Amino acid sequence: MFNPNSYTLQRGEKRLVLAYIAIALAHLSVGLLLGFMQGMEHAGIDLYKYTFLRHYYQGLSMHGVFNVLIFTTFFIAGFLSFVTAYSFGRPLHSRGLSWTTFWVMTVGVVMVDWALLTNKASVLYTSYAPLKAHPAYYGGLVLVVVGTLLLLANLLLTYLGWKRENPGKPTPLLAFGALATMIMWGLASTGIAVQFVFMLLPWSLGMVDAVDPILSRTLFWFSGHPLVYFWLLPAYLSWYFLLPKQAGGKLFSESLARLSFMLFIPLSLPVGFHHQFLDPGVSTGYKAVHAFITFGVFMPSMMTAFTVLASLETGGRARGGKGWLGWIKKLPWGDPSFTAQALAMVLFALGGVSGLVNAAFTLNLVVHNTMFVPGHFHLTVGTAVALTFMAIAYWLVPYLTGKKLWGRKLAVLQSCLWFVGMSVMSRGMSWAGMAGAPRRTALGSAPYALPEWITAFNWMAVGGAVLTVSGLLFFIILGMTAWRGKREASGGVEVPVAEPLIKDEPIPAYLDRFRPWVLGATVLVLMAYGPALIGLLTAGNPAIRGFSPF
Amino acid sequence: MHVHPYERLWIRISIVLLAVFGLAIAFSSLTLGIEIPGVERRAAPTGLPADATYHEGWVRELGPGRYEVNLVARMWGFDPAEIRLPKGSTVTFYVHSNDVIHGMKIRNTTVSMMVIPGQTGRATYTFDEPGEYLMVCHEYCGVAHHVMSGKVIIED
Repeated sequence: MFNPNSYTLQRGEKRLVLAYIAIALAHLSVGLLLGFMQGMEHAGIDLYKYTFLRHYYQGLSMHGVFNVLIFTTFFIAGFLSFVTAYSFGRPLHSRGLSWTTFWVMTVGVVMVDWALLTNKASVLYTSYAPLKAHPAYYGGLVLVVVGTLLLLANLLLTYLGWKRENPGKPTPLLAFGALATMIMWGLASTGIAVQFVFMLLPWSLGMVDAVDPILSRTLFWFSGHPLVYFWLLPAYLSWYFLLPKQAGGKLFSESLARLSFMLFIPLSLPVGFHHQFLDPGVSTGYKAVHAFITFGVFMPSMMTAFTVLASLETGGRARGGKGWLGWIKKLPWGDPSFTAQALAMVLFALGGVSGLVNAAFTLNLVVHNTMFVPGHFHLTVGTAVALTFMAIAYWLVPYLTGKKLWGRKLAVLQSCLWFVGMSVMSRGMSWAGMAGAPRRTALGSAPYALPEWITAFNWMAVGGAVLTVSGLLFFIILGMTAWRGKREASGGVEVPVAEPLIKDEPIPAYLDRFRPWVLGATVLVLMAYGPALIGLLTAGNPAIRGFSPF
Repeated sequence: MHVHPYERLWIRISIVLLAVFGLAIAFSSLTLGIEIPGVERRAAPTGLPADATYHEGWVRELGPGRYEVNLVARMWGFDPAEIRLPKGSTVTFYVHSNDVIHGMKIRNTTVSMMVIPGQTGRATYTFDEPGEYLMVCHEYCGVAHHVMSGKVIIED
């Protein structure tokens, strides 16, 4: 049942969401500038010598951790807290727990920031042992993960409270999406929790001498791939349940939307070995199993493409669009939040295609650890996720601050520049990768760099520069909104919640109950990982002492 | 559950596409002679004097046109850094790391793998084209990662 919600968040709740977003964006701004420096480095211009950074890899570690771990996690924590409270029409279960969560995560981030800024954790965001960082880095990341689990607990308690008072009603869509995301992540985080708490942290504290690098990697990727769906699902939530309203349309199919969120719970998890196809020491058979399950994610992704586009079409037609493609012209291209998300989806489609290449068991051999891989994920997390989060900020920040968005037209330009910059940069990256240039490498200083890579590197630098301009515009727009934005009349900013096309569509029970999906996911994980993990634990693989060569 | 007929069609098309991709992957892995690293019988060097031979790089001829390379990756180079072999050689690389995780990719071949301390990576390739093949480390391994490279030179 659809309930156009009139719940307004209380001031304290708004402040909490704003605090999350502020920390997220502060890290994004630094991550963005570091990305600019990396692009320039590839074009042969060394900007590191003008900064306090010791070298390329310190900057690269910060770029990765700030953008994909801190920016995403904090934005998601704020956004999902917001949509859950808003769509249940009640504050989160415990205000104390909400703020405890925030402070646990923030203390964690301060520790991580300190370790990175002082070059004590230049191990890149994957933290592959035997590269060894300062304990503050591992400890800080543990606190961030603990924070996400506290958030999950708070959302679940809110859900149960709502259910008790509303027996038999289907979960409101926004809260449903938030719960599916966090439940999936709760299951996924077990790998990284075991790895950090029982291996990396005691090792960096000197309590154990050595760790098994292959086991550590396997646990990392157990969580590391579902982590990308943890970033992506909040963007999906916006595309499915908010964007159709912004386009003037309705959600095309409620039950398929719910089904695709549910499918991500089991399908996100047993796929981590597709990051380890080229690892010696992991059985080829299990790699193949993971390769096939990875392709299973193709189904909810294709369903999303259909439902979201069909929902936008209902908008274009409601606004008077005619013909096969004429409705596209009628979409609200002057609304920066709409335009940014529409463009994010276009690049996401290309990101999906390059993802199929990466995940293909044999083709992976050609592109593994080449520049092709960052060429892929800058389209997915760097655009589908980051540009969608920017689009959300374009209405959420006005909602939270009560101020009108400053520079609407500039904001449309900003999203177009992100689209152009990313298209150019990602093209350069994929090109260099197919020509054999390795990723995670200071290629501008590599003595072996080949002349045929140069053009591709220049594309990367130019694209990176355009992205930097776009990013700076984004921060100027939000800064001016907070500083100079005109006050909205109270209740002036509306949360764009889309109505389903078919009102009160009966929802099958299995699409509103998480338990069977969690159970299914657990069984699938035990099958896809169990024997492989037992194999790794009993193979007598040697433990290796640590190195900190940075 | 209500599913629009167009959407039903779209889902069917997606399933067919998925089946095509699956078959293509199965076909390529079974017929194109592509080797994906797995659990290797040959043990990695343990640091004991008994397997000192595996701590250093060497090339040995196993038979006419067949070679075996023991390649050691360490911060920040490969040993041997340069491998010279005649055209048409079939070479099996056994790759070890003496310190952190490295990568090893020989450009324009199917040789690419992670080099994980404690594990042995193996790949075989027949070099039919003469020329110089660039070998790079493709996993971050410390502050001079970008200088870590080697060459395979195939002579006519």
